[in-house]
Amino acid sequence: MAQSPGQRIFETPLYPYRRCADQEAGGPVRRKVVVVGAGPIGLAAGIDLAQQGVPVVILDENDKVSHGSRAICFAKRPLEILDRLGCGERMVEKGVTWNIGKVFFGDRKVYEFDLLPESGHKRPAFINLQQYYLEQYMVDRVRELEAAGAPIELRGKNCIEAVGVHDDHVRLEISTPEGPYNLEAEWLIACDGARSPIRSMLGLDFVGKVFEDNFLIADVVMEADFPTERWFWFDPPFNPGQSALLHKQPDNVWRIDFQIGWDIDREEELKEENVRRRLHAMLGEDAKFDLEWLSIYTFQCRRMEKFRHGRVIFAGDAAHQVSPFGARGANSGFQDTDNLAWKLRLVIEGKAPESLLESYDAERIFAADENILNSTRSTEFITPKSPASRLFRDAVLDLSEHFAFARPLVNAGRLSVPSVYDESPLNGPDDAALPRRTRPGAPAADAPTREGWLIDRLGNRFQILAIGTDVPPHFEEAGVEVEILRLSADESPEFRERWLGEAPGAVYLMRPDQHVAARWQAFDAAAMRAALHRAIGLE
Amino acid sequence: MGKLITEPNIPDPDGFYEELVGLHEGLTEAQSAAVNARLVLILANQVGDREVLAEAMEAARKAAQSVIDRQEGQEG
Ligand SMILES: Cc1cc2nc3c(=O)[nH]c(=O)nc-3n(C[C@H](O)[C@H](O)[C@H](O)COP(=O)(O)OP(=O)(O)OC[C@H]3O[C@@H](n4cnc5c(N)ncnc54)[C@H](O)[C@@H]3O)c2cc1C
Repeated sequence: MAQSPGQRIFETPLYPYRRCADQEAGGPVRRKVVVVGAGPIGLAAGIDLAQQGVPVVILDENDKVSHGSRAICFAKRPLEILDRLGCGERMVEKGVTWNIGKVFFGDRKVYEFDLLPESGHKRPAFINLQQYYLEQYMVDRVRELEAAGAPIELRGKNCIEAVGVHDDHVRLEISTPEGPYNLEAEWLIACDGARSPIRSMLGLDFVGKVFEDNFLIADVVMEADFPTERWFWFDPPFNPGQSALLHKQPDNVWRIDFQIGWDIDREEELKEENVRRRLHAMLGEDAKFDLEWLSIYTFQCRRMEKFRHGRVIFAGDAAHQVSPFGARGANSGFQDTDNLAWKLRLVIEGKAPESLLESYDAERIFAADENILNSTRSTEFITPKSPASRLFRDAVLDLSEHFAFARPLVNAGRLSVPSVYDESPLNGPDDAALPRRTRPGAPAADAPTREGWLIDRLGNRFQILAIGTDVPPHFEEAGVEVEILRLSADESPEFRERWLGEAPGAVYLMRPDQHVAARWQAFDAAAMRAALHRAIGLE
Repeated sequence: MGKLITEPNIPDPDGFYEELVGLHEGLTEAQSAAVNARLVLILANQVGDREVLAEAMEAARKAAQSVIDRQEGQEG
C-alpha cells in the first residue's frame, strides 16, 4: 500500500493509555457519568455533558480513531449538532460537498440529478469526510475542554470486562495494560458500537433483519479527473448483477464500494491483486491509484427493544444498526446523544424526574424505526431479494432514462434527515397557523438573522423565541432558567417563511437540543409554565 | 373497497384486450414479465392516488389467490 504505516492517522495512538488516579484509590471511585466507547457517539456524549458542566469519563478499549474511513457522509442536522459541540467548523472546512449525482444502469447513464440545496442555511445538506478526521477533531475538542478545566477525561486502553447493575449505580470492571481496576458510575452511557459488549453482558436483545450480502470497500488515492459527484451503478459491466458506488472524500481519496454477494471467500476478495483487478475493470486499465484501506462489510437493520435500562443508557450503533445506504449510522447516533445529554443533566441536577429519560426512549426509538425503515427500503432496491423485486427494480431503472416519473422511485440511499418527534410526550401546544416545518417536535429550521445564523443562537438551554411580539424580560420556572431571544418578524425572508408564515408574530419554547417544544402566536405566562413543565417531564 | 373503480370503465373493451395481448406477441415469459412490470409502473403513475393503488394491489392479489393456492398445492 502507498503510505507507510504510521503515516495514517488511524494507525497512530491518539489517546494513549495513561495511568489515572482512580487506579490508585483503594476501592472503586464513584463517577457521575461514565461513557463506554470513544467512537463518534461516545465522544459526542462526553463533549456535550462536559460542556454543560456534568463530570464525565470516557473509556475505550482502543486508543486510536476509527480504523479506515468508515462513515464518510455527514448530513446537515448532525453538522449543526457538531457545531454546538465545537467541532463542526473544522469538519466543513476539510470536508467536500457535492450536489450532482449520477445513476448508471448496465453500461449506460440513465439520469443525473442536482440536489439544489435550499438557501438560507449555515450548513450544507451534507459533506463527505472520513470518519477518522471526524474522530480526530472530536478528540481535539475533548483536549480543548480539558485544558479549559471542563470535567472530562478520556482514557485509552481501558476495556470494560464486566458490569454489575444496581438501583442507583453501575459497577464496572475495567482492564488496562497495567492491570484491572473498578469504577462505579451513577450513570452509564453505552456507546460501545454494533457489537456492544455491554448489551451482551446485560443479556439484552438486538433483533432485526440480516441482509445476506457482502460489500467490498476500497478507499483509493488517485489524481483522477472525475468530478466531485456521487456515481452509483446498478448492474455495471465491471460488476455484473451487483451494484457499485464511487464517492469523493478529501485528500483525493475515493470511496469505492462493490456489492460482492453472499457466498464469497473473504481472504481471496481482500487480496490486493484481486481488488486491483476489480478497480482496473471499473476505472480503466491505465488508471493509477494507491490503496488506502480495504474492508468487507455486511450489515443488519435492527434495534434494541428499549434503549434505557435503569442506569444504563444505550446510544449509537450499540442501540440501533442500519445499512450504510443513506448514511444513517453516525448521523442518527449524534441525534441520540443530542437528545439525551440535556435530559440527563436535568435529572442529575435534580430539576427533572428520572422519568424524563423515558422520553429519550420514546423519541429516539421512533427515530430509529424511521431510519431502519428508510435504510431497509434502500437496501431492497439496491440488492433485490426476489425475482419480482429485481424485475420491478430493473423496470424502474429502465424507465428512469426516458421518463421523469420513474426517477423518484430510484432508491440508491435516501439522505439522512432528522426525525420530527410528532408524538413526543414532551410536546406542548401547537398553533397550526404557524408553518408546519417548525411544529412542536421538529428540529429548528435554520435561517439568517441580523445577528448571524439562527442555529448558532440556539441550544444548550431552554429558550423563548419572541418573534415580533412582546414577552417578559425574564422567565424562570421549576428551577429552570429560560433565556429570552428577541427577534423581529423580518430578520430575513427565509426566517419569516420558516418561523412565522402569515402570522404577525410568534412565541416558541425551544429545548436545549434545538427542537421546538411548544408555540403560540402570543405570550401567555400560564401556558408557557405548563409547556415547560411538560418539556422537562413534570407532568 | 372505497375508491377503486370496479365497474366497467374501458371503452372498446375488445379492442383494448386485443392490444394488450398483442403487446406480448412473440415474447418469452421473461420478456413478457419485463413488459408487464413497466406497464404496471406507467399505469400506476397515471393513477397517482396512493389509496387507489393500494386497493388495486390488494384486489389483484386477492383475485390471484386461487392460482397461488393451486400452485402451492402442486408444489406441496
Ligand atoms: C462501511 C461503512 C460505511 C458507513 N458510512 C456511514 C456514513 O456515510 N454516514 C454515517 O452516518 N454512518 C456511516 N456508517 C456507520 C458509522 O460508521 C457508525 O454508525 C458509527 O461509527 C457508530 O458510532 P458509535 O460511536 O456508535 O460506535 P463505534 O464507532 O463502533 O465505536 C464504538 C467504540 O466502543 C469501543 N468499545 C467496544 N467495546 C468496548 C469495551 N468493552 N470497553 C471499552 N470500549 C469498547 C470501541 O473500541 C469503539 O471505539 C458506516 C459504517 C460502515 C461500516
